[in-house]
Amino acid sequence: MATESPEKLLSPVLSAYWDEPDAWTLETYKRRHDGYEGLAKALAMPPDDVIAYVKDAGLRGRGGAGFPTGMKWQFIPQGDDKPHYLVVNADESEPGTCKDIPLLFANPHSLIEGIIIACHAIRSSHAFIYLRGEVVPVLRRLHLAVREAYEAGLLGKNALGEGKDLELTVHAGAGAYICGEETALLDSLEGRRGQPRLRPPFPAVAGLYACPTVVNNVESIASVPALINRGKEWFRSLGSEKSPGFTLYSLSGHVANPGQYEAPLGITLRQLLEMSGGMRPGHRLKFWTPGGSSTPMLTDEHLDVPLDYEGVGAAGSMLGTKALQCFDETTCVVRAVTRWTEFYAHESCGKCTPCREGTYWLVQLLRDFESGKATKADIDKIDDIADNINGKSFCALGDGAASPIFSSLKYFRDEYEAHLDGRGCPFDPAKSTLWADENKTAHPEVKA
Amino acid sequence: MTTAPDRGTTPEAPMLGIPSMPAPDYPSDVRERLEADAREIIARYPDSRSALLPLLHLVQSEEGHVTRTGQRFCAEMLELTTAEVNAVATFYSMYRRKPSGDYQVGVCTNTLCAVMGGDAIFDDLKQHLGVGNNETTEDGKVTLEHIECNAACDYAPVVMVNWEFFDNQTPESARQLVDDLRAGREVAPTRGAPLCTFKETARILAGFPDERPGAVEATGGGGAPSLAGLRLAKGEAPPGRLAHPRGPAGPADQPVPLPGEEAPESHPSSHDMPQSTAASDPANPSGRPADPGPGEERE
Repeated sequence: MATESPEKLLSPVLSAYWDEPDAWTLETYKRRHDGYEGLAKALAMPPDDVIAYVKDAGLRGRGGAGFPTGMKWQFIPQGDDKPHYLVVNADESEPGTCKDIPLLFANPHSLIEGIIIACHAIRSSHAFIYLRGEVVPVLRRLHLAVREAYEAGLLGKNALGEGKDLELTVHAGAGAYICGEETALLDSLEGRRGQPRLRPPFPAVAGLYACPTVVNNVESIASVPALINRGKEWFRSLGSEKSPGFTLYSLSGHVANPGQYEAPLGITLRQLLEMSGGMRPGHRLKFWTPGGSSTPMLTDEHLDVPLDYEGVGAAGSMLGTKALQCFDETTCVVRAVTRWTEFYAHESCGKCTPCREGTYWLVQLLRDFESGKATKADIDKIDDIADNINGKSFCALGDGAASPIFSSLKYFRDEYEAHLDGRGCPFDPAKSTLWADENKTAHPEVKA
Repeated sequence: MTTAPDRGTTPEAPMLGIPSMPAPDYPSDVRERLEADAREIIARYPDSRSALLPLLHLVQSEEGHVTRTGQRFCAEMLELTTAEVNAVATFYSMYRRKPSGDYQVGVCTNTLCAVMGGDAIFDDLKQHLGVGNNETTEDGKVTLEHIECNAACDYAPVVMVNWEFFDNQTPESARQLVDDLRAGREVAPTRGAPLCTFKETARILAGFPDERPGAVEATGGGGAPSLAGLRLAKGEAPPGRLAHPRGPAGPADQPVPLPGEEAPESHPSSHDMPQSTAASDPANPSGRPADPGPGEERE
């Protein structure tokens, strides 16, 4: 594969000026980076035209499922006499996912501008940002940005034109992964335990307070202003036919340079690793997730899979949140899967029996593998239990819990077998740590 | 576990058959102050019940944990029953149910951070502080717990103190961190504002902005990982990770020799799932014996 320069492969839009002083202020966003110019263009268009424009541009949800954003907006019934709500899902908690938090920390106004445009489109006068509670530095910046927007008249009285007000409420969650699921999020925002709702009715018909509601991911909404300002042709010039546009890829784990890489959809992990310095020196990629722990893991066979919705789907996984967690050969797959499964068991809200009980028993069995108490039949048993969770619960948490089990058995069954019959985990966890190789790199001459 | 019988603390073991008395109210001056805050919070929402999560953060900012008194206050403000409030308060992991320290030190032990060293950091801190998961040091300063993924995987391993980011930690740096907290020395996060106490943090979570000068601006737009792609796109060479990202190795950054000076025989699986469950009956262990007989079935 021809190696192209990073300048050509990357396309910073949302992250374009995170390195500037005071990047998060209205001053920086507006005066120096075309901030709120997309809004001016959108407000000059009738709401339905904005929806059609976003739909034509092909923007798809960046929170995991990839549902077309414009279509979600279009589902909102118009001319009903109910209030409409926009709820931004900033509950970023999927293991490995770390894009919305740096985005909101450095550039909260891109989200606020997107919210105003979306509210104009769906005719909403009240929007909410549901931010996970555990990120206080981001909450501070959001408080400031919203206050600045109110003071500038971008929010509040007549924000969307004469007689059309817009309120924006920042709401901090209280620690629950399940609230990233859109209907659980709505229950939580209504002051209840965050448990998913049965659909239909979908939130577009009966969402927050049983009113028509759009729930969008932070990055989806934050991408709208640039899309409108620079035009749908520009947006479609990035990415692929079915997955157009730019997006944040989050590289983490045993790589030389973890971080945020904003690129057109369809870049490959090989390209990202080549430009960023590869895996940590002296190690090779063993397995990785394309979009968080709920997306089936892939291996070094999949380095050239285009990281867009279709490409990753064809490889048997999902693009998800583009959280590229890379693990090298020092990592025990069974250990990784055990920990993820413990996470799902801890975070299962308990509403659906297959997920609540299944994740619990998976944890018990996986711990048996780790301690050497498991036997060959247990491999089939975890496969069977995962099969009894997958697709059999209200929401996708159950499916997410089954993913690491299925995919690890597909690619690393032999590693489970190596744990059997008293052997336990053959890996040394000390070799996987961030500091494991420091001695080597600091004193390469010792071994010479 | 003994809990001081102070106002509103949930009894650890209510006796069967004797219903607990209604929680006492706040003193009138406290009540008056909290009511004003609560009304401001409720006004943000079209439906008052939506204010419940922020109100629970608010009462937590008053007492450091969610007491029965705090729950009663939320119920009265929102015209809910205390049972309804309790059901919500016990669902979310950020609401504490017992008195805890000024500084909540949370070590991420979800897969990626755990593998990158979070497990080693958590084990080391448990030993160093002499406390277990969700326990507080005797001086009341530090409550240690392991946490789930906090959306900072590009900075792994991550430690959160009162929900500010301490990125790229090592056992040594984390030990220094808790020592500084206990000694009252000023501690600055990698990303976030200089630390305030857990109660003050809870007030920000209730939706009241941090008024401290410089708090919003502290630590700039993001660390090196946040800017990694942007710098490449601008034609700068990737730095490569030849040294530890926390900077030049000082005495606190020497590579591993882990506490106990020996490799752990196996990493712990989890810290919060009950370990004694299926295996709790010693006569019927959940695992198989090391050498099972042919055809033997567990059930």
